[in-house]
Amino acid sequence: MSTHVRTPSATADWILMVLFAAAILTMPWWLAPFGANYPDLMQKFAIYGVFAVGFNLLFGLTGYLSFGHAAFLGVGSYTAVWCFKLLTMNVLPALAASIVVAGVFAFLIGFVSLRRSGIYFSILTLAFAQMSYNLAYSVLTPITNGETGLQLSLSDPRVVDAALGTEAGRSLPSTTLFGIKMSGISGFYFCAVVLIIAFFIALRITRSPFGMMLKAIKSNQTRMKYTGFDTRPYLIWAFVISGMYAGLAGALLSITDPLAGAERMQWTASGEVVLMTILGGVGTMIGPVLGAALIKYLENIFSAINNQDLTRMLSFLPEGLQDFAISTVGLFVGDGWHLTLGLIFMIVVIFLPGGIMEGVRRIGRLFSRGDRGSPAPRAHPMPAEQS
Amino acid sequence: MDAIFLQVLNGLDKGAAYALIALGLTLVFGTLGVVNFAHGALFMIGAFCAVTLEKVLTISTKVKDESITFFDAYKEVPILEAKFPVVGGFIVDWSVPFAILLAVPVMLIVGLVMERGLIRHFYNRPHADQILVTFGLAIILQEVIRHYFGANPIPQLAPDAFAGAAPVGELFGLGKSIVYPWWRLIYLAFAALIIGAVFAFLQFTTFGMVVRAGMQDRETVGLLGINIQRRFTIVFGLAAVVAGLAGVMYTPILPPNYHMGMDFLVLSFVVVVVGGMGSLGGAVLAGFLLGILQSFASMTEVKSIVPGIDQIIIYLVAVVVLLVRPRGLMGRKGVMED
Repeated sequence: MSTHVRTPSATADWILMVLFAAAILTMPWWLAPFGANYPDLMQKFAIYGVFAVGFNLLFGLTGYLSFGHAAFLGVGSYTAVWCFKLLTMNVLPALAASIVVAGVFAFLIGFVSLRRSGIYFSILTLAFAQMSYNLAYSVLTPITNGETGLQLSLSDPRVVDAALGTEAGRSLPSTTLFGIKMSGISGFYFCAVVLIIAFFIALRITRSPFGMMLKAIKSNQTRMKYTGFDTRPYLIWAFVISGMYAGLAGALLSITDPLAGAERMQWTASGEVVLMTILGGVGTMIGPVLGAALIKYLENIFSAINNQDLTRMLSFLPEGLQDFAISTVGLFVGDGWHLTLGLIFMIVVIFLPGGIMEGVRRIGRLFSRGDRGSPAPRAHPMPAEQS
Repeated sequence: MDAIFLQVLNGLDKGAAYALIALGLTLVFGTLGVVNFAHGALFMIGAFCAVTLEKVLTISTKVKDESITFFDAYKEVPILEAKFPVVGGFIVDWSVPFAILLAVPVMLIVGLVMERGLIRHFYNRPHADQILVTFGLAIILQEVIRHYFGANPIPQLAPDAFAGAAPVGELFGLGKSIVYPWWRLIYLAFAALIIGAVFAFLQFTTFGMVVRAGMQDRETVGLLGINIQRRFTIVFGLAAVVAGLAGVMYTPILPPNYHMGMDFLVLSFVVVVVGGMGSLGGAVLAGFLLGILQSFASMTEVKSIVPGIDQIIIYLVAVVVLLVRPRGLMGRKGVMED
């Protein structure tokens, strides 16, 4: 039984990295025709790209579906904002702190959740995510400020800034990287650089022996155990690393917009990142980033369309048909964005479970008359327990 | 003591809703092997059946209001009531129980369409795919309902005869002052009836026997020459009807809104997992148990000791149970672990 798995060579990897970095850094230019080159949206691409890449390290490599990663996103956001309030407006301590705190949080949750596998694991992570969300809204309001969300204020101590003698202005300070304001286009470039670094690390992890262990866990965990490997540390590490990525994404969210709200921690937000990963292609490297960008782009475009825009766009239709078209298409745009999202969910899972990358591969296979070996079957994760 | 008794009743009530949804979920897991994240949406559709029926029955017309003599005033009166004062009024008043008649065929059709159209293709897909596609379906259903019914909760009224409170205190000798709404007691009885009916169906009919056998070992049932695939559709329809009925009767207790499906879904999954996947008795038991626990956790005395406990008690209990008894309270070996 030959499988057509070709481990990409180191050169191929470097080319991928360079192309990826180039594509990301030149986004403001080539996104212009799509109308997507304004900084806020591009920041979101980068941030959710980081989130999806990290999630892919867990779901794509080990096959464990976690519904709790939104909690790590939230934790990262809150930590970052607290850093801004207590220490300094410089973003680097906030980044570092978020990664560490999210990692610790992920360790605690992962330690408990990874004692089970398969659907039990998913439900456990779901339970933890909802728990965190509920706690953030009710009990932990001193830390999270409940529904209003955690915000900066003029009376924040900002110890390090005060010690360094940074002037406190009249209005709320903005997050800075050693003096450069982290909003708008410079904020985007910061997020882009972070994305490139994160992508690079994820690539190295995937190609490393550690990554290979994770893939082995996905394909047959029982066999791994029989050959003497203890799979738990690997799983916990994978979970913690993906949690750290989520925390990093959360920190970036707060850096570009210093406000942390609890709604990011709901399990439905985790569902969104799962969709991004699957849409792009589970287990592939670029897939999650593509998926994240596409979802965020569609969200932006679709929710912004209101009835006037629709009327304008469909003005070429005759009167009666136009009304009908507006009322049906109107279901899917604006407020109805969630409907479109649900549809995308279903269509992707039913028809293209391998995501965009699989679609690309299939199209590539159509054109290449070369060896048409049977594609490697999609590995189904084998849960740990047998008896 | 009175407070505890009332909270037990509250818990049983809420637990009844969880138990019914969890029952449907477990039926679907155990036989079809499908994780159905759209079950909460079925609960919601049932509730909105009641809303639709009420809207239809109360299509009103203007009738002169005799009680105001200053000027000509008109009041809205449902056409049914205006044309047939006694019977029409009765029907409008009892719209929620009558909605059961509407809900059963609607839920059956919805369940059959869902199973034939979608779920059937996902029997052999990995659980992650099943979760995601049914999650997508749940979002779509939720959004469609939101589009047609709006985002606000639409309160439904119990029939006048049951609108008051029952003197439960007297019945149990706990004092005359303890009362509990009639409708909630009715709901409890109704839920018990449905659970009993489902169990009786599974226990005493041939079809039920095949379903039970399929839950134990689907492969062997196939090897014995029984085409269990055909029966799956009916089982799914049954599960949908159960969820829908739970939704219909719950409407006077909790005004239906478009995201009640998702709210109940997470908790129902936790209930199923705590009870043990594949165990019907476990699902029902865990439903009531967790309902009571949640009720107790929301008592003010308990909340003052551990603030916020009511929000997280169910999840905490689920985590503890899953760690101590990995298969849940009554789970069987080998379910969902293939």
